[in-house]
Amino acid sequence: MIWLTWRQFRLQAAAVAAVAVAFALVLAATGRRLADLATTYRDVFDHLTANDRHLFYAGIVVIAVAPVIIGVFWGAPLVARELEAGTHRLAWTQSVTRTRWLATKLGVTTLAAAAAVGLLTLAVTWWSQPLDGALSSTHGSLPSRLTPVSFAMRGIVPVGYAVFAVVLGATLGAVFRRSLPAMAVTLAVVTFVQIAVPTWIRPHLVSTAEQTVTFSREKLDGISISDNGPGSPLKLTVRTGNPGNWVLSNQTVDASGRAVNLPSWFASCLPPPPPPGSGNGPVKAQGPDTMDACFTRLNAEGYRQHLVYQPANHFWPLQWAELALYLVVSALLAGCCFWWVRRRLS
Amino acid sequence: MIEFSLDGRSGVSPYLQVVQQVRQALRLGLLRTGDQLPTVKDVVARLAINPNTVLKAYRELERDGLVAARPGVGTFVIRTLTDGSLAAHEPLRKELRRWLAKARLAGLDEESIDALFTSTFRDAQQEIA
Amino acid sequence: MTAVVRATGLGKRYRRRRALSDCTLEIPAGHVTGLVGPNGAGKTTLLSLAVGLLAPTSGTIEVCGGRPAADAEQLAKVGFVAQDTPTYPGLTVAEHLRLGARLNPGWDDAVASSRVRRLGLDPEQRAGRLSGGQRAQLALTLGLAKRPELLILDEPVASLDPLARREFLQVLMEAVAEHEVSVLLSSHVVSDLERVCDHLVVLVDSKVRVEGDVESLLESHLRLTGPRRDLATLPADQHVVSASHTDRQSTLVVRTDAPVLDPSWTVGRLGLEDLVLAYMEGTRAEAPSPVMEVLG
Repeated sequence: MIWLTWRQFRLQAAAVAAVAVAFALVLAATGRRLADLATTYRDVFDHLTANDRHLFYAGIVVIAVAPVIIGVFWGAPLVARELEAGTHRLAWTQSVTRTRWLATKLGVTTLAAAAAVGLLTLAVTWWSQPLDGALSSTHGSLPSRLTPVSFAMRGIVPVGYAVFAVVLGATLGAVFRRSLPAMAVTLAVVTFVQIAVPTWIRPHLVSTAEQTVTFSREKLDGISISDNGPGSPLKLTVRTGNPGNWVLSNQTVDASGRAVNLPSWFASCLPPPPPPGSGNGPVKAQGPDTMDACFTRLNAEGYRQHLVYQPANHFWPLQWAELALYLVVSALLAGCCFWWVRRRLS
Repeated sequence: MIEFSLDGRSGVSPYLQVVQQVRQALRLGLLRTGDQLPTVKDVVARLAINPNTVLKAYRELERDGLVAARPGVGTFVIRTLTDGSLAAHEPLRKELRRWLAKARLAGLDEESIDALFTSTFRDAQQEIA
Repeated sequence: MTAVVRATGLGKRYRRRRALSDCTLEIPAGHVTGLVGPNGAGKTTLLSLAVGLLAPTSGTIEVCGGRPAADAEQLAKVGFVAQDTPTYPGLTVAEHLRLGARLNPGWDDAVASSRVRRLGLDPEQRAGRLSGGQRAQLALTLGLAKRPELLILDEPVASLDPLARREFLQVLMEAVAEHEVSVLLSSHVVSDLERVCDHLVVLVDSKVRVEGDVESLLESHLRLTGPRRDLATLPADQHVVSASHTDRQSTLVVRTDAPVLDPSWTVGRLGLEDLVLAYMEGTRAEAPSPVMEVLG
């Protein structure tokens, strides 16, 4: 049965393997140099070329896309193809039970998917290590590895995505009995899950940390105006200690701990926008001293900033937790798939 | 070795056709004592008929004492139907030839001769029965 | 007589229709049994139930003494050649044989390779490139080489040209003579079955109408032609299969074991095809839509 699975699978495996190997080679070629850069310079970011940055984001994209592609092209046709072509009437009347048939096909494909994506992720993680969260001394930065953009493409979580995508594809293929609808729906569901999990589930997988801080100029991250016209409330965001933290909530609270907007007098602390046509002249009047005075007044009136965040050292706990979540869901899906193929397809 | 053929439309069941063809071959001297009949496998592979049909035919021939089955070897002829019987009836054959010549002189064509003979033969059979 | 298939009250119902109803039959071992009936009668459903591709919604079926597709041992007892003889188009002939060898513990490689050689199939040819007849022969080889007790074939020669059809049946009969395998094959063309079957099951409109040994079926069914007659006046041991009447004449097909003594009937024998047609006509007459003339 393993021979038959491999024989039916080898073309699809070769296609994915070719792309993966090509990408891995590119990474291998450039990775050495970056590792050396990181040990030499503190501000790695300024020494990166544009190609390096492109490759960084390419790595993110490749691993974001790999589980979806694998789920759609390996998983969905697994059962559906046989049902469409009618060859299940040949496969299920040899001396192999349906359970063993499905177990072998699903097992081999899932393992192959996990291995492929696992190796690719390993390569990209190793390559990106010096670059994650690299800050420039002037401006610009690369996302740190806890941010949703990077998190899903590092460590071991992609393996969970790949397994989930394959099992989901196979189950949908068995239910729809046609490859194309199964592929389309698998694509839609996996994409949705990839967006939904970091938004609603990931923040709660491991307990978060909280901080309540006073205001000062060093901690200030930015001031923004919510878009409701002049006179609308301002928002302050504050930095956490570690740039590698994943900030979930950055909220101004008053003395009793309730979330509030900034007081209206704060608007006068800001430098006025330069009148049009004045060019890049120096900003006058409200200088840093004024800002400090404003902050002191804020602190005195009892305003604080409440932060909820995942600290940087939660990276691995979050990875394991999310991997476990995906694997459990995959196991349940696999159970459904077996039940469907054994019972409902009779 | 003889070969069988099957007439699907004759209304005669397949196993009877096999029996008749063996008897005919014995009569004409195509099969002699000691000759082997085609194996069931060979007959069936040529005619695409049920092996049980051939087995039934061979069993009937065995019951009539014409053939004997040797397990593991095959089915062999043990008695023919000629016994020179056709030769012994040479006078009958001569008379028949004379009659045929008369029928042709009377203007009968082949089909009419055949029809005349067949209907007379049948009537005679019914009288006997 | 051991039964190779035993069905009791077997039925298969889909959401809106009944594919098979109340089917009770026993198919004997050591014979070639034909399953004959019009399209849509339920032949494929019955065979799929026997092979385990479908599960019954009512009744039971037992094949070679076990529940179909219950486990690997049961699957090894039954070989199946499905309708349109499915094969993997991308796999070569040799790879199909390898498939058989890997998936069947009872695989006889000598039988398989000698058959492929005699058929003249190129082992490296992809199955998708074979002709219909060659694909059918390949599927038959796969079914035979696993040395089953029962080989089931669903309309194996329906889409084959006459020569391929003859060759297929020749190979099948030779295998039956050589390996003593029981065969159950279905067809909606009776003449295909007449030569090869010695046992028959007639399936019309999802029900078994008659089954039995072909010779005894042909002996027990008679065509009676005579003056117009009310069916109720017939003796009890004559079961009417089909009847057609003109204003003066009745033609009946009856099933009876006793001789017909009534001198007003002209008695004739039936061919197998006419017998099956009689059952098909008789079934149609039972349907309520056409108006039946009342005799009186």
